[in-house]
Amino acid sequence: MADRGQGLNRRDFFRLGMVAGPATLVAACGWDGGPLLEPRLRAISRLNDWVGEKILLSRSRLAREYPASARTSDQNFPAYSITYNKTGTFPTLRDPAAWALDVGGLVHKPVRLSLDKIQALPRVTYTVKHHCVEGWTAIGTWTGVPVSVIIDMVQPKPEAKYLRFDSFDSHYYNGWDLTSAMQPQTILAYGFNQQPLKMNHGAPLRLYSPVKLGYKLTKYLTAMTFTRERPGGYWEDQGYPWLGGI
Amino acid sequence: MGTAPDPLPSPPPPPPPPPPPHQSAEGPRPFVRRHHLIVRIAHWLNAVVLLGMIGSGLQIYSAYRHFGPRGATYPLPNPWDGKSLPEWSRLGGWLAGGLNWHFALAWPFVITGLIYLLFLVLAGEWRSLVFRPGDIRPAVQMQLYYLRLRKDHPPQGKHNALQKAAYTFIVVLGAISVLSGFAIYKPVQLSWLTSLFGGYELARYWHFVAVWIFVGFTLLHVALVFLADPASFRAIITGWYRGRYPSHG
Repeated sequence: MADRGQGLNRRDFFRLGMVAGPATLVAACGWDGGPLLEPRLRAISRLNDWVGEKILLSRSRLAREYPASARTSDQNFPAYSITYNKTGTFPTLRDPAAWALDVGGLVHKPVRLSLDKIQALPRVTYTVKHHCVEGWTAIGTWTGVPVSVIIDMVQPKPEAKYLRFDSFDSHYYNGWDLTSAMQPQTILAYGFNQQPLKMNHGAPLRLYSPVKLGYKLTKYLTAMTFTRERPGGYWEDQGYPWLGGI
Repeated sequence: MGTAPDPLPSPPPPPPPPPPPHQSAEGPRPFVRRHHLIVRIAHWLNAVVLLGMIGSGLQIYSAYRHFGPRGATYPLPNPWDGKSLPEWSRLGGWLAGGLNWHFALAWPFVITGLIYLLFLVLAGEWRSLVFRPGDIRPAVQMQLYYLRLRKDHPPQGKHNALQKAAYTFIVVLGAISVLSGFAIYKPVQLSWLTSLFGGYELARYWHFVAVWIFVGFTLLHVALVFLADPASFRAIITGWYRGRYPSHG
């Protein structure tokens, strides 16, 4: 009988746990983890970045290409920018002719490339599926110069481990791993659906790649900088997964 | 004899069975060991983690509440198309919060599942759990019993054939959830897997459908525990069972 009494106590204890556990979770809904857990979740996100980059990411695997007929129509292909969200207009350059891309940081030969120079470099055109972190997809045709061509041109120093892409879109920026940057389909794009890139998609020059989610593809580029430390990113600093690799 | 009351098909517990050799005649039925500690921990850990996976998953769904590519919404049945799921059902607060919860909880979800499966194999427990062709006929009998078309409870081992079907199915559903999850997590690097599910948009749909099957299963699972065999609730907590169906004892 003493044993039975013990069993009851234990059962009460478990019943309490059964109620308390879900109650805590219900109270936590809409909760990003709070000051205690949110940093832990971000730490696990870094672990997932590592797995995504070091284990799941192939240096050479190419994303599937589609026929031009599979394209999403222009009006159905979402376009957005931080500046647009804030002001209702896409960012514009005061003097488009003066625009140039600064490629520098930990490199042997920093360069400043005008759009004419970039368009004279080897170009690729492909039709691929765009994956947004929100869950939608759209197919489009992009034309540009492979980032690997620029990397070969500026010759990064051995200590360069990351790339930082800056823009004139309300300080939007992204940090990239070099493996994804060297993937042959990662390009600096100046053409969309066989037309010159328009302001709604990041003209005059934007980063594009089918191996990353859309928020990693910096539009309205101004600079490309090789760094030793891992650069963050506009959304990444707020909690989005850093790698964004797919 | 005619003196026994007309046996109702359900609850009133059957007359006390002959006492087992190690019990006195007036003592209660003996406890039998039913669930290994590993199974119990896996069960409850999974219950909490799955709740978090679903909550954060619904948060992620809220960012884009349609299926199919932009401009060509697939004609897939989805009662939640364009609808916002209630806030109490979501975990994470916003898309990034949902993603971080989801991708963090995926680790214990997968690891718990693998440890559970490994235990089933190493301990031989899979034999009493996996639904096989020979279980079809007993499953029908069991269904007849539940529908009160058959009076006596069909003989069974540790689990009856319907339980085997359910517990086999739920493991398969878990595997489908994990695999379709990877298919939409890395649709380029794991494109072969994404293709198996019919492409990214369909993989995302199956991943979502699995949620509702999990929810339905859990409701039925909990209802059956309390309606059919409340003693099994104690068993999944303490490991010891003293209920109506100690047939494997």
